Amino acid sequence: MKRYSVFAVAREALRDHMGWERAWASPEPKKRYDVIIIGAGGHGLATAYYLGKNFGITNVAVLEKGWLGGGNTGRNTTIIRSNYLQDPSAAIYEKSRSLYETLSQDINYNIMYSPRGVIMLAQTEHEVRGYKRTAQANALQGVTTEFITPQRVKEIVPIINLDGPRYPVLGGLWQARAGTARHDAVAWGYARACSAMGMDIIQKCEVTGIRRDGDKVTGVTTNRGDIDCDKLGIVVAGHSGHLADMAGFRLPIESVALQALVSEPIKPCMDCIVMANTVHGYMSQSDKGEMVIGGGTDGYNNYTQRGSFHHIEETVRALVETFPMVARLKMLRQWGGIVDVTGDRSPILSKTPVEGIFINAGWGTGGFKAIPGSGWGFAELMAKGHSPLCDEFGLDRFYQGRFIDESVAAGVAH
Amino acid sequence: MLILTCPCCGVTAEETEFHQGGEAHLKRFGPGSSDDDFHTYLFAKENPKGVHFERWRHNNGCGKWFHAARDTMTLEVYGSYPAQTLEPPQDIRDAITAKRPGWRWREFA
Repeated sequence: MKRYSVFAVAREALRDHMGWERAWASPEPKKRYDVIIIGAGGHGLATAYYLGKNFGITNVAVLEKGWLGGGNTGRNTTIIRSNYLQDPSAAIYEKSRSLYETLSQDINYNIMYSPRGVIMLAQTEHEVRGYKRTAQANALQGVTTEFITPQRVKEIVPIINLDGPRYPVLGGLWQARAGTARHDAVAWGYARACSAMGMDIIQKCEVTGIRRDGDKVTGVTTNRGDIDCDKLGIVVAGHSGHLADMAGFRLPIESVALQALVSEPIKPCMDCIVMANTVHGYMSQSDKGEMVIGGGTDGYNNYTQRGSFHHIEETVRALVETFPMVARLKMLRQWGGIVDVTGDRSPILSKTPVEGIFINAGWGTGGFKAIPGSGWGFAELMAKGHSPLCDEFGLDRFYQGRFIDESVAAGVAH
Repeated sequence: MLILTCPCCGVTAEETEFHQGGEAHLKRFGPGSSDDDFHTYLFAKENPKGVHFERWRHNNGCGKWFHAARDTMTLEVYGSYPAQTLEPPQDIRDAITAKRPGWRWREFA
């Protein structure tokens, strides 16, 4: 792998940019790997990367039925934050956020991490109390957040309307080191780093069956032939239930469409992320100038990557009240992704009833922010059998009634 | 956007008038059951890619619960039937078979 640097740019500028090599190889699948990861999205690629970097396991294949990063990794609103209420959540999300800070240097790929800060608006008395509690919890967890006044909100976000008739802004939870990153670059950067370590990233390779010998996994069946493995990681977000069905167990997960939309690009007007969970809308401005708007999830299971139309109206209605200037914007495009939602809105990073199969799922509506931390912890879980970051997120927590309940604290929007 | 017909009041309306209430035809386990049964009843989801049977409530209408058969990939609604039914009626199974031969959902086919 040739390193990217300012010298590389200068060198290529002198020879018409003919010397750039492909960022990752596209090999034919081998007969056998030590580890197979199903799903070449952010979480799958990050898992493979940290398997190689932290544990020296490089005989790894990452299988992807579509194209790399074409699922939820390329469909989210790129928000990175770690202001969660529960300790296990704060630990893994803060690990993730801190890895994002230096990720561009670590993988030699500019992911354009922009620590611009996030405000979660408190628009009811309940939210004020809830966010003050979260700020206290964060202080104990070592996550820097503070509860700020409406006047401070207005200073940070001049375009906001504080005194809406129905839900005035009563304050906000402010995390200054939260931010955004270029979502495609996260997948591409990890893929390039994995490929450089000798791992095989195999696109257009759909897993159609999981082979097992008794209670132990032996490999997968794909549309490009059978591939054997010792360990299998299922990291497929919305299709987790589908893959679990192939492996012969069921999950506490329901898949629904979550949608987002962006406006036409305009001049810079908002240099942070604002989330309004009560009215259910959140917004940031991309580097291109588009207002990136997160919408709601559908109220029923589906796999359509589209989203119900009426949610667009609800989201935009909420935003128009909070940001009156949005009323004058044209919307450019809208899209959906299939998210895997658990009952307690916390992820599942776990061993499964089948020996050798591990599952990383249930990130629901907020997986992008967790990519590096999830990969870090899940790689440790797959390599060593347990991980301090993942142990609380096992499948057994449902059996034991030991939930990590983020549904009230954060589950509405991510 | 889904169009559903409420079998209780006969009204046909789009999805904002209704509310989905999870999987249909659950076998319930309460006090005295094994931990495995109780866990499966509470948490293990079918979450199928394809044919699905669900409970719906006519929230902004008659307020009654009913069952619906739906496809989670195409969003086609195969039909709705009363909540008091223990298994999907034959005409709805036939309608599904016409579109998706060989379908299976738990013990139903």
